[in-house]
Amino acid sequence: MPTTSHSTPRLTLGPILYHWSREQVFDFYAEMLETPVAVIYLGETICSKRRLLRPEDYWELAERVAAAGKEPVISTLALIEADSELKTLQRICADERFLIEANDLAGLDFLEGRPFVTGHSINLYNQRTLAFLAARGLKRWVLPVELGRETAAALIQTRPDGVECELFAYGRLPLAYSARCFTAYNRNLSKDDCQFCCGDYPDGLLISTQEAMPFLALNGIQTQSATTHNLLSVLPEVTQMGVELLRISPQSTHTADIVRVFADTLAGKLAAADGTAQLRAWCPSVLSDGYWTGKAGIATA
Amino acid sequence: MELVCPAGNLPMLKAAVDHGADAVYIGFRDDTNARHFAGLNFNDKQIREGLHYAHDHKVKVFVAINTYAQPNGWERWTAAVDRAVDLGVNAIILADMGVLDYAANRYPHVNLHLSVQGSATNPAAIRFMHRHFGIKRVVVPRVLSLAQVAHLIEETPVPVEIFGFGSLCVMVEGRCLLSSYACGQSPNTYGACSPAAHVEWRDTAQGQETRLGGVLIERRSLNEPAGYPTLCKGRYDVAGELRHAIEEPTSLNTLDILPGILAAGVSAIKIEGRQRSTRYVAQVAQVWREAIDACQRNPDAFRPKDSWHQILAQVSEGAQTTIGPYHRPWH
Repeated sequence: MPTTSHSTPRLTLGPILYHWSREQVFDFYAEMLETPVAVIYLGETICSKRRLLRPEDYWELAERVAAAGKEPVISTLALIEADSELKTLQRICADERFLIEANDLAGLDFLEGRPFVTGHSINLYNQRTLAFLAARGLKRWVLPVELGRETAAALIQTRPDGVECELFAYGRLPLAYSARCFTAYNRNLSKDDCQFCCGDYPDGLLISTQEAMPFLALNGIQTQSATTHNLLSVLPEVTQMGVELLRISPQSTHTADIVRVFADTLAGKLAAADGTAQLRAWCPSVLSDGYWTGKAGIATA
Repeated sequence: MELVCPAGNLPMLKAAVDHGADAVYIGFRDDTNARHFAGLNFNDKQIREGLHYAHDHKVKVFVAINTYAQPNGWERWTAAVDRAVDLGVNAIILADMGVLDYAANRYPHVNLHLSVQGSATNPAAIRFMHRHFGIKRVVVPRVLSLAQVAHLIEETPVPVEIFGFGSLCVMVEGRCLLSSYACGQSPNTYGACSPAAHVEWRDTAQGQETRLGGVLIERRSLNEPAGYPTLCKGRYDVAGELRHAIEEPTSLNTLDILPGILAAGVSAIKIEGRQRSTRYVAQVAQVWREAIDACQRNPDAFRPKDSWHQILAQVSEGAQTTIGPYHRPWH
């Protein structure tokens, strides 16, 4: 089988999935501009009630990201139900300064005909969907997180020219979305009177099994894994496969350190085993990578 | 308003037809549909017989091909679409954009419905799917309030089908990976949530345990009823408190809001449960047929009969029901 050499994947920073304070968000991005990430995704993707930052704030941050020589991408809400949410999405998509990531099918309706990105919550599972979306302007797709190496490799081999593949490489896995706010539900609050209690859990509200195994993390209407998905040990494989971008999903502490571990490992300056040991110490609970090898997402290779 | 009933096999299909269904939905015997259970679903001979029976009674038959194809196995989904077209079913229920693209291009005159697994919850999403694939109906995920359903219907030219009764998915359908996170297989990739091969039941000194992919998703005392083993309905530790952190073992029943559903302009109401029994579909279809007819005759005077609620309660999983997301406080 012929081998082709591929360039080193660029690191991206996914959107902040949690409800952090405005000050914390601005401090976070100031710090991130100093890290070796090449792309920064900006925007609220989980809950339309979280309005500490408005689209204008994200556009201003995007200008700063661009000025720092990095690529800004505007991320959008993953589950659009209300008319007000649709109108906000439409307003965000009407701005053509930056590339935009669609996370609900509604985004495709507004973005069709110009370059766009699909996030991991757009169900792109096969080559026909990839070709269909590429014909509508898809420039980059984030592989749905439950898909592993076999499907990633097959899609990359058959993709249309110029479409980039991004993998969710580090972070608590985004597993599900609901009409219900699970954080409020577990605080015995209604969604309409949630008191923004998700702000109390900067990495999600941990739920454990009845035998005390960390299992899931609740983040408003989103359910995440308690484990932190981590592809650090397979960087040579994903590079060889032709993956262009690797996403690091922000956590409340150590995100800059985590970016540097990935950058150093990609550059061959750090052994994956040593890097993984560091990530293990910094992640909120434990590491997993089962999805990549076609196993349960909670598993480790 | 059409009553759409589930059929996991030929006797169920006939029971649904006999008890008042306007349409019956079925699947093939593989992972191309979201009820990929052992011993369930139809081969071509059974579908032909079912089609005859249904069409003789002026009942439509839909085939669900509503999982997501991956490159390895893609031909199974296109072959399923080809089979459904050859058999002459009334509509094909699809979720995957790639499969929709195939079906819409190859068979432009065949009725395509967007499955609930297609995850379209707003007018823009439906508009996109309609523009490219000409969908004739959309089944909306169980995330919208009744007011939102009514607004959606005003905003979209595509007829809307909603779930009215049966097992309740708490997450937006088509984008829930909880099952594969615990056991490696999900509705999208395998056609089942919590596949039986990965479920383990065990009586222990602390109670009856249910595991999915080895993960303890519930432990109950021996006298508590056990429902379908979905991990979203188990009890977990949340900050030191044992609770149903996502949802209780409850199922959906919208009988009480039927006049509102009718007034909203809903085109079809769907009963969940292809994996259930012939008796289940017979009883549920009969109750819903009577209820829809009564409601359409005189919506203002509509009151669900106690006997209807009793029958539905007996076949509900978890023995309790909810209006679910259609009622805002559920959110």
